[in-house]
Amino acid sequence: MLSALLVMAIIAIVLGAVLGYSAIKFRVEGNPLVEKIDAILPQTQCGQCGYPGCRPYAEAIASGEADINLCPPGGEEGIHKLADLLGMEFKTFGGNTVIKPKAVAFIDENICIGCTLCFQACPVDAIAGAAKQMHTIIAYECTGCELCVAPCPVDCISMVPIEEKITTWKRKYPEQTLVLAQ
Amino acid sequence: MRTLYQFHGGIHPTGNKTQSTQCPIARMPLPSRLVIPFRQHAGESAKPLVRAGDRVLKGQLIGMPDGFVSSAVHASTSGTIAAIDMQPIAHPSGMPDLCATLIPDGREEWVPHAAVDYLGSDPAELRQYLRLSGVVGLGGAVFPCDLKLRPLRGHPNRSICTLILNGAECEPYITCDDMLMRERAAEIVQGAEMLRFMLEAGEVLIGIEDNKPEAIAAMRQAVTDSGLPFEVIVVPTIYPSGSAKQLIRILTGLEVPSGKLPTDIGVQCFNIATSYSVYRALAHGEPLLSRIVTVTGNVRQAQNLEVLLGTPVQELIALGEALPDTNRYIMGGPMMGMELASTDVPLVKAGNCIIAASDKLFPPAPPALPCIRCTRCAQACPADLQPMDLYWFAQSRDFGKAQAFSLFDCIECGSCSYVCPSHIPLVQYFQFAKSEIRAREQEKKAADHARERHEFREYRFEREKQEKAEKLAAKERAVREAVAASAATSPQPEIQAAIDRAKEQAATVEPKNTDNPTPQQQSEIAGIEAQREHIRELAKSSVEHTKD
Repeated sequence: MLSALLVMAIIAIVLGAVLGYSAIKFRVEGNPLVEKIDAILPQTQCGQCGYPGCRPYAEAIASGEADINLCPPGGEEGIHKLADLLGMEFKTFGGNTVIKPKAVAFIDENICIGCTLCFQACPVDAIAGAAKQMHTIIAYECTGCELCVAPCPVDCISMVPIEEKITTWKRKYPEQTLVLAQ
Repeated sequence: MRTLYQFHGGIHPTGNKTQSTQCPIARMPLPSRLVIPFRQHAGESAKPLVRAGDRVLKGQLIGMPDGFVSSAVHASTSGTIAAIDMQPIAHPSGMPDLCATLIPDGREEWVPHAAVDYLGSDPAELRQYLRLSGVVGLGGAVFPCDLKLRPLRGHPNRSICTLILNGAECEPYITCDDMLMRERAAEIVQGAEMLRFMLEAGEVLIGIEDNKPEAIAAMRQAVTDSGLPFEVIVVPTIYPSGSAKQLIRILTGLEVPSGKLPTDIGVQCFNIATSYSVYRALAHGEPLLSRIVTVTGNVRQAQNLEVLLGTPVQELIALGEALPDTNRYIMGGPMMGMELASTDVPLVKAGNCIIAASDKLFPPAPPALPCIRCTRCAQACPADLQPMDLYWFAQSRDFGKAQAFSLFDCIECGSCSYVCPSHIPLVQYFQFAKSEIRAREQEKKAADHARERHEFREYRFEREKQEKAEKLAAKERAVREAVAASAATSPQPEIQAAIDRAKEQAATVEPKNTDNPTPQQQSEIAGIEAQREHIRELAKSSVEHTKD
């Protein structure tokens, strides 16, 4: 009787020690789900979801606070991926969501007064310039988030849709008519 | 006798090669206009070096390689650059690309050029020379040749042990390599020796399909004449034995692992036409300006032509005299080539064959039927894949699964589509899936980059805020310290000295008139004091009076 109790106690202590050690050793910093969600989001940092950036939105999804259909730049495909990841049902966008083609911002340098408001707004530092100097968009860094458009006091920023070039051309889904056997 | 190996699958389409091997290679007359695209190779487009109106000489560099995977572009003949603009090119998208339009002057005036003493040169210099000569793989991939000659990264001691020259030319109708081997075997062999020298390769194997006996004989003769220890190996005719990985398998029995390159197993493979261009570049200093093109199919005169790069395809067709029932044109072979949306496109380095097609010659594929999972495609696949599964994933856009099933090992040879009893355009699905996956990878890369920049920006803001706070705290601390110090210490020494001096002076100065007054003076003082007192009394009473 006593030996049985002793054995059980020792086993409990050993297992407890293992668990305690592994809790320290294999500790996961932050919520790993947030990372996974963030990896799916398009990183435009546009804030169209109502959160200040992709990561805050990922955190909001992970905590169940936000819905998965709030990211227009991610497209329906993004929603599909999020639904798959989170084991949720696919949801279409809300009624007033507009999905725009991919674009980059363009500064009309004749109008720009060098106020620096746009590059304070740019979430990815894609605007070069200085106070009272002309600003310009670094096109290949621009995510097309449109956050610079509203702050411009002289409305010199426009969004230019990205045209398909020979280098970015994608093959289309094969056109094929399936003829079912009679 | 060398043991040959087999690769999995493969098909036996009708060769149709004899039509175009009846007459020797003809030189294409100088066209009235050349359109030279700046991207005729895999990788980045070359950067234009000339402007409209410039006069250029034959062989002059007009496009500088721009980027790691890139190659040079040259003026194919002497003349005047009429324009540098977007022109239609042979591309499945049908989109235009940047081209130089060259109006030949007919004088064929060369830039100064000379042979390179390759034996006395550093391989790195030779690679740079080939890059600036615009030599790219002419087997179809148009991959810059200099990059394939680099020493192996990460394998300092492992060099290439086998150099393979690919003269298999397995695709039906195409005979440009066959004719080149028949007529210019010696140059090809010399080029192979140059490649071997640069790679420091051990053995050199030249693989040729057994349906080209004249080419085999010519190459054997050239090897014997050169005295080089190369081996011409006859391989059985089976499509696609001309694909690099498949030919390596046939000749060496080695299999290039999935996702790896031939160099990873110590083998490198070049097309015989590439070898010929290397010879022209090093032995004559001539950049790649022309190539042999097979004009065949539904034409009166099927033949091989030596064509200047940039020659409009329609002029080639006109020379071959397409028959009236021709309704479309294919650039490349019937298995892997692409249908040209227009014949007003230039011939480029990749253009090995122009086929005039008619419905009689190439009956249109009947409508596709559902896949019955007969696995004939899997039996035919030379890459040992499961095309029926890949098709299933590609058509349902399940790209992750397609990739897991080694979609990128597909060489797009078209064997699966060829044998499919349901006539499903399988390769088109695989091309679509590959293109989508590549685009997604690009997008993912861009997203990761944007995330990094955004996070850095946030970190910078945080840092700036902290720095500002620290600066403010430091300033505050400094002021506080100064105040405390001034309160604690006595006034400055000079001031203190001045005060002391004044005190001393006051002590030493002896009052003259107030000390020891005479009795008379004392009474005077008392009188004055009394008067003062009286005045004070008066003043006080007058004040009280006014108050009332």
